[in-house]
Amino acid sequence: MSDLQYKVIVGLEIHVHLGTKTKMFCGCALEYGAVANSRVCPVCLGMPGSLPVMNQKAYEYAVMAGLALNCKIAEFTKWDRKNYYYPDLPKNYQISQYDLPLAENGFIEIPLEQGKTKRIRIRRAHLEEDAGKNIHVGSHSQIDLNRAGTPLLEIVTEPDMNSAQEVRALAVELQRIVRYLGVSEADMQKGHMRFEPNINLVITKNGQEYKTPIVEVKNLNSFRALERSIEYEIPRQLDNFVETTIVMGMGNKSTRGWDDVNQMTVLQREKEEAHDYRYFPEPDLVPVKLTEEKLNEIKSRMCELPLKKQLRFINEYGLSDYDAGVLTADKSTAEFFEAAVKTGADSKRICNLLTQTGLKIANEKGCGLHELGFTAQDICDLAKMVEAGQINSSAANIILEKMTQGDLGPRQIAEQMNLIQKSDAGEIEAV
Amino acid sequence: MSAELLNLSCSQLKAQIISKKTTSLQAVNAVLQAIEKIEPVVGAYISIFKEHAIAQAKNIDEKIASGKEIGLLAGVPIAVKDNMCTVFGATTCASGILKNFHAPYNASVVEKLIAADAVIIGKTNLDEFAMGSSTENSGLKKTVNPWDTNRVPGGSSGGSAAAVAARLCFGALGSDTGGSIRQPASLCGVVGLKPTYGRVSRYGLVAYGSSLDQIGPLTRTVQDAALFMNVIAGHDCKDSTSISQSIMPVPDYLDKLDEPVKPLKIGIVSQLNAGAESLVQKAINDSLELYKKLGAALVEVKMPHFDYAIAAYYMIATAEASSNLARYDGVHYGYRTADPKDYIEVYSKSRAEAFGQEVKRRIMLGTYVLSAGYYDAYYLKALKVRNLIRSDFVKAFENCDCLMMPVSPMTAFRIGEKTADPLQMYLADVYTIAANLAGIPAISIPCGFDDNNLPVGLQILAPAFTEDKLLRIARMHEVNTEFHLKKPKLIQ
Amino acid sequence: MAQNISKQDVQKVAKLGRLQLSDDEIEQFTGQLGSILEYVEKMNELDTSNVEPLAHCLPVNNIFRPDEINESLCSEKTLANAPDCEGEFFKVPKILDESSA
Repeated sequence: MSDLQYKVIVGLEIHVHLGTKTKMFCGCALEYGAVANSRVCPVCLGMPGSLPVMNQKAYEYAVMAGLALNCKIAEFTKWDRKNYYYPDLPKNYQISQYDLPLAENGFIEIPLEQGKTKRIRIRRAHLEEDAGKNIHVGSHSQIDLNRAGTPLLEIVTEPDMNSAQEVRALAVELQRIVRYLGVSEADMQKGHMRFEPNINLVITKNGQEYKTPIVEVKNLNSFRALERSIEYEIPRQLDNFVETTIVMGMGNKSTRGWDDVNQMTVLQREKEEAHDYRYFPEPDLVPVKLTEEKLNEIKSRMCELPLKKQLRFINEYGLSDYDAGVLTADKSTAEFFEAAVKTGADSKRICNLLTQTGLKIANEKGCGLHELGFTAQDICDLAKMVEAGQINSSAANIILEKMTQGDLGPRQIAEQMNLIQKSDAGEIEAV
Repeated sequence: MSAELLNLSCSQLKAQIISKKTTSLQAVNAVLQAIEKIEPVVGAYISIFKEHAIAQAKNIDEKIASGKEIGLLAGVPIAVKDNMCTVFGATTCASGILKNFHAPYNASVVEKLIAADAVIIGKTNLDEFAMGSSTENSGLKKTVNPWDTNRVPGGSSGGSAAAVAARLCFGALGSDTGGSIRQPASLCGVVGLKPTYGRVSRYGLVAYGSSLDQIGPLTRTVQDAALFMNVIAGHDCKDSTSISQSIMPVPDYLDKLDEPVKPLKIGIVSQLNAGAESLVQKAINDSLELYKKLGAALVEVKMPHFDYAIAAYYMIATAEASSNLARYDGVHYGYRTADPKDYIEVYSKSRAEAFGQEVKRRIMLGTYVLSAGYYDAYYLKALKVRNLIRSDFVKAFENCDCLMMPVSPMTAFRIGEKTADPLQMYLADVYTIAANLAGIPAISIPCGFDDNNLPVGLQILAPAFTEDKLLRIARMHEVNTEFHLKKPKLIQ
Repeated sequence: MAQNISKQDVQKVAKLGRLQLSDDEIEQFTGQLGSILEYVEKMNELDTSNVEPLAHCLPVNNIFRPDEINESLCSEKTLANAPDCEGEFFKVPKILDESSA
């Protein structure tokens, strides 16, 4: 095996729940953890005679995500029916977009080590409705349709990723983007993001290239599972090639699932069955035409995107790549940091206070920095005290911790706790 | 007394109820008596809401007595085709698969009828899921033509047409995907209007061919059709395909109804009329003569793609139907097979056991034309032909105000006569289908009788959203003829 | 391009449409669909190479609803028509093939 050179090729399909209040085609509330089948109505139950009406916010959120992914936003888009039978799909067709997706031909820059980035092309992004949930109990299955009709953005990348780390970086970056935009909570625990990587290898043997059959791993809902599934597939496909010499060919794409207990992928379907979804234009909905005016209005709602902010923090505030990444992991942290810097203290000092202590406490409490009970001005004051040599940095961290526990400002705490450093030995003696 | 009452039109009855010459309760009781006597022969209804209707009538009478404002259909007993959802009674679509289905909501048109103080007497029979032209495809019961009980009432709104003709209600709603209001209206000698696609909300109408389906009235007079339109037309935010008031305002259809359209240019497609039975042709020609006498000019128009309408229609309608009917799967509601061995059988056996032959045939056809490899040749081709047909109409209407032609090439045929060959049955829709493909309004009005005393209908087609004018043109015929006053022997 | 639909085609379509048809029905539909499709072939007399497909006659676009919550049905109403249910759930025989489509 050692004579084999190989390259991993991964493309990703990602489903993101949009964070609207209601479903895509009806006014049922989107609510995680509600009693089964209690957030449903004739429309999302697919009752006879019911008709869908498009949620405007879902469309706008999808456009925002498309813009953030540098896609061309379609001036004209329409809905199609994707026909297949499954118990969690009440109408037995899914309203989706087939030949005219609302966003196409974009890219996402993903952060790699040492401030490097890589551009991954986005093939398309389209809107569709989610299905409900099948729950398997013993000899039968139960169906809960609360999730049915949730607006879902499906994003398809080109196969531009070449390692598990890159795939993970893309997933994390996408999460950061949709959260920045406020178009999705992107909470993995709640299944707001689901991943389906398409993985294969290009193997060089005796100067010739061989491509292994593509494997699609279905329905991964954590970054860890996503990364592990690719790490698992690489040696498996390599071994398989050595053993069988089977290469990519017509219809030998297979589908695998992720076994979280045994940390391995398992075969679900050997051959890509010729799906016949019988797509056709959804007659119950009318097309969407996007005017330039509307597009500009949506554009005006966009914020600075995370990677741009991260790079700006490095350049503007002299932060390390790592620190800039930590501070821009979510928008509120980044904004808090920047507000504190703007009040005039040293950016690195503020960064240290926030990353070493502030975020640690926030994580423990499960909240954001801005919810810890101190203001950007407080942090600035604290940082200035360190700069002035009035307290040392370990004292600063102690004070910061105290600041989250009451209403006292940094100076008061420092005085109370007697943490003020005297400037020379003489003074100490005098005390 | 009650027979006289039953002969009133909706408009006349409404006037009598409001002026307290009669009451809604009297009207309801008259209808219920007629139902008791004649319904066992006609079989127009799938369900009858006796108590509900009586209670409703009493309410409305009280409302009138106490001088409260009253709706446009003040206490008039009417019927609704059983493919529109109601929270009272079942909504069956005349299918075994929905036999016991109780909708948790009212169709928007039903809400409008209720708001207009109509009394819904019952829900009428139809071809299963509105697929057919004779009501013989009902999975639940048989409806006959009140003019000859050995003959079909037409379809798919055969129950509504038969009920209106047999005085078992004063008016009814039907739905029209390829002629399902107009053809039974023609065969039963009543007025049937298919409005422009988008004029009446489809919310709560169980879908057959979603881009073609439209709800409309079956009544005894054109005036009643206008009255119904005043109740049911308009935008509905629950139906994305219903046109907003700002784009296409809804006129008052009664307002200028009695003003003849002058000048009136009627478009005729000679080669088309030649395809009908000779007595049908004669009745149509007589009508044209009448219009000429009334000052209309006839102009010959070309509809070069009309011949392809049936082909395009059966591709589009069945494709949409195959998808629309996928939801009847025995999982969330409706019939489920007794002992499924796995969940796949829940689907395939429930559907095989509960759907009738015509529904299965159309699901099969629609599935086939959408499937990989055939989409372009059949479905996409049909959408293109549809565009050509629409252009034909657009061009035709540049030279005339409306088109006139038969509704059906023949009068009511015998029960069982055409069931053996589905294609022959489809071909009988030749005159009605194009209006659905083009989305334009069309009306059928009584215009004569054949040798067997079976009614003939005249079809008038008009540009989109010009129902007001269409009704005025039809009204010109009505006020100068008495075909609409004739009654079937059965109820004389 | 006369394409006579075969018995195998009909069987395939029946499977796609989730209809368990009897042999008689397969036989019957093969003939009937064949003659309907043969009739439909007449569309090919028309040159439609420069014609846009018309899926909808409506002159409208951009019909939206605001993102506002409407009341959902109570689970009693939701499940009232269910052929089989368990607690608040719809119930079906065990779903084996996770990716059946």
